[in-house]
Amino acid sequence: MDILSLFIVLPVITILVLVFTKGLKQARQIAMIGSLIQLGMAINLMFAYFKEKAVNDAIMVFTKDLVWFKQFNIHYNIGVDGISVALILLTAIVVLAGVFISWKMKDLPKEFFISLIVLSTGVYGFFISLDLFTMFVFFEIAVIPMYLLIGIWGSGPKEYSAMKLTLMLMGASAVLLVGILGIYFNSNADGGPLTFNILEIAQVNIPFKAQKLFFPLTFIGFAVIGALFPFHTWSPDGHASAPTAVSMLHAGVLMKLGGYGVFRVAMFLLPEGALHWSWFFIILSAFGVIYGAFAAIKQTDLKYINAYSSVSHLGMVLFALLMLNKTAWNGAILQSLSHGFMTALFFALIGMIYGRTHTRDINKLGGLLKVIPFISAIYVIAGLASLGLPGFSGFVAEMNIFVGAFQHDELFYRVATIISASAIVVTAVYILRVVGIMLMGPVKSEAYLDLPKVTWYEKTGIFLLLIPMVGIGVAPLWLSDMILASLEPFIQGVL
Amino acid sequence: MNFSNFLLMRHEILLLAITMILLIVEIFIHKHKKSSIIHLAIFLFGIHTAIGFFTIEESSLFGGMFRTNSMIHLFKNVLNIGVFILLLQSADWLKDKIFNENRGSEFFILLFSSLLGMYFMISSGDFLMFYIGLELSTLPVAALAAIETSKRISSEAGIKLILSAALASGVSLFGISMLYATSGSIYFDSISEIITSSNLTILGMLLFFAGLAFKISLVPFHFWTADVYEGAPISIASYLSVISKGAAVFILMILLFTVLKPLMHVWENIVYVIAIATMFIGNLFALRQQNMKRFLAFSSIAQAGFILLGLITGTQLGTATVVYFVLIYIFSNLAAFGVVQAISLQTGKENIDDYEGLYRTNPNLSLVMMLALFSLAGIPPVAGFFGKFFLFTAAASEGYYLLVFLAVVNVTISLYYYLLVVRAMFLRKSENAIPYFTNKLYMRLGLIITVIGILVIGLYSPLYDYIYELSSVFN
Repeated sequence: MDILSLFIVLPVITILVLVFTKGLKQARQIAMIGSLIQLGMAINLMFAYFKEKAVNDAIMVFTKDLVWFKQFNIHYNIGVDGISVALILLTAIVVLAGVFISWKMKDLPKEFFISLIVLSTGVYGFFISLDLFTMFVFFEIAVIPMYLLIGIWGSGPKEYSAMKLTLMLMGASAVLLVGILGIYFNSNADGGPLTFNILEIAQVNIPFKAQKLFFPLTFIGFAVIGALFPFHTWSPDGHASAPTAVSMLHAGVLMKLGGYGVFRVAMFLLPEGALHWSWFFIILSAFGVIYGAFAAIKQTDLKYINAYSSVSHLGMVLFALLMLNKTAWNGAILQSLSHGFMTALFFALIGMIYGRTHTRDINKLGGLLKVIPFISAIYVIAGLASLGLPGFSGFVAEMNIFVGAFQHDELFYRVATIISASAIVVTAVYILRVVGIMLMGPVKSEAYLDLPKVTWYEKTGIFLLLIPMVGIGVAPLWLSDMILASLEPFIQGVL
Repeated sequence: MNFSNFLLMRHEILLLAITMILLIVEIFIHKHKKSSIIHLAIFLFGIHTAIGFFTIEESSLFGGMFRTNSMIHLFKNVLNIGVFILLLQSADWLKDKIFNENRGSEFFILLFSSLLGMYFMISSGDFLMFYIGLELSTLPVAALAAIETSKRISSEAGIKLILSAALASGVSLFGISMLYATSGSIYFDSISEIITSSNLTILGMLLFFAGLAFKISLVPFHFWTADVYEGAPISIASYLSVISKGAAVFILMILLFTVLKPLMHVWENIVYVIAIATMFIGNLFALRQQNMKRFLAFSSIAQAGFILLGLITGTQLGTATVVYFVLIYIFSNLAAFGVVQAISLQTGKENIDDYEGLYRTNPNLSLVMMLALFSLAGIPPVAGFFGKFFLFTAAASEGYYLLVFLAVVNVTISLYYYLLVVRAMFLRKSENAIPYFTNKLYMRLGLIITVIGILVIGLYSPLYDYIYELSSVFN
């Protein structure tokens, strides 16, 4: 078994074992052991990647290629570069943290953990696929468990949110399917066979006419899950209704599929289409950045605030990708990672606050710093990371994005960049507003005076997310070297 | 004509023999033990299904009226598997409802006659044989739809089916006569050589098409579907939506791809329009259904619309994807109908609302239902996804991107109503949920086979390769 296939096989084994468990205790233990091994494998993969990269100069390493449907030239084709390794590591950490945060999942625990692991299987598979078909399969596998996860274990208008989220994401993936078929049937433009292989298609000069037609389909298909304005509406409702661990996994990992897909498929395979359409999507994503930030100011539900903040932050990822240069792309990947840890941490903290006070309305909360100091302090730290304070991952990412964006000297780019950069200020407003109202001031209710202490599993979850977040901020170079090296072939391909 | 020639017809002869055996055995069985015929029928049909897998060579009989080749043979096997699963799923219902009323084996005799008609229909080498097969496959089903004599709605379904079927086959026959008038032959091989696109030929083709469109329940010939499915016993609704539709799709494909190939520039437009209409109408009407049988009726209309995406290509790829999709569709739809059957038999409940909270009381049945619905909706990793993806690929290979786009819009619409059932089963909690019950052996077996099919057919690629190789015979 090769090192990458294990990332699919192990979750499947975990699921099969979970099927035979009984009760919460067994289920969570198996889920924890499975995700712990997975994290170990992800860390191992990273070191193995460094070792392999020193001797192997290929774009993708650890590749494996098996024919699946030979009539369509569909392969089970896997491999990783620095970007996917980093995102796999993010996934492994967030999943494990999610399992810890769901330590007390009382209702149908077995089914909950199974759905969670199915989702993570889809994500791992997506990140390692080098074949459009396989990638698409894993994409849908990652999305569909969300329906059950939100619908069964969620809160509030959960049925509505679950249906809205599933339909919008599956609708997007349906559009994506047309885009993929379009790429596939143009992959023989240079006289070769039809293929789904991403690396092979990248070598082909797909006719401009086809690129113009299929780039928007592919871009939108992926970008909906990355909360591209105006297709972001599933995200606030979905996040607000989802249980804590699912919000974490969804905002932290699943939404990254969008940026990754845009980068790996839409831009890499259809570069001329990207150039042709970039102005349009820059407008949408820049608007999304500023819109998300302003919407977050007005919200009073903690989860909605964070969800709109995700719309804003991930809009920045798409914005950076559309800038089509190395610095901005580096920023986009760093932002994906940084947002992944940060927002997962936010949702975990919100879950803890909600679990104790039974409200997410910031106007009903107050003075939490006095009653639950540990959670509140971490909340402040996460907030500072979110508004891009130096020393945290968010700063490094946004710095790169805007430095990259400013390299374009046309007026249009300048204006777009200034607009989206101004979102940083707005971010500070909504973060500090929450901190001020919710954490400072007098304690608003007597009931809050005697809140339960933070448990060990909550602390484990928090530290799992906090450490990499600070780590990227303090020492970004090793990570950004890994990403930059992997960006090289894409830069050559696209520009 | 010697003995070895008859071996080419062994599907037909064996099935006829089984029908006869059942008829005769019934006479000798004691009145109170009549239900043992069920075991005998399932046993015999199981053997028949197994024997079918021996290969057969390409040949024709009776001066070209009857022909067979490996693809036709494969398709008969597909139908056999479907009927076998259907028999397993109907066994308990037959025992409780039909044999209790001291009625005999007519269910099997009618069902097998209808299947025999389908064999002849898909093996036909001329329009005469085709028409006989078509009639033989339809008429017994009308009797079957009305088999629950105690229910008025069942008789209504029978009458509706027979009236609309008679009309459809009359129209079809009229179309065939026009084709005969212009080409001077009823043999498929010679028609395809002489046929030209004169107005009369095109009119003949249209009328003929209508007859088959009725069986596949394509829009605008779909009006009978929901009413008949609702009224007929579940086994028969399931038979109509799976076996009958599958056979009709198959013969339609053969005729379009071989006999009517010279008219492709005409029928591809017709198929294009009908595909769009069928998908949209099937899906939009399915949105508001409350009764599971009506719901599955409209869902199966929509599925027929997707099948047309493969038919429109007229290529080997199209043939392979259609057969592959029909195979997957048989398993998925039988699984869904099987669960409906099991629940209806146990509790008499058939509405979506009644399924609320089903997962908490009957987890296994809900999981089977969920897999079936996901397969119908086309969600990986279950088989339906691969079937749909390949159909879309086939259509896109001929450049029908707009059609594929409309189809994926429909996939999203259909996902909504399939999720409504999942919502009822998994998301809702209910005070009066259907209590836990266990299924009898046959039903369990019938469901397990479908689940294995749903899980395996998609991921196991050699099966598709095999179908693709066989598909070359029609192109």
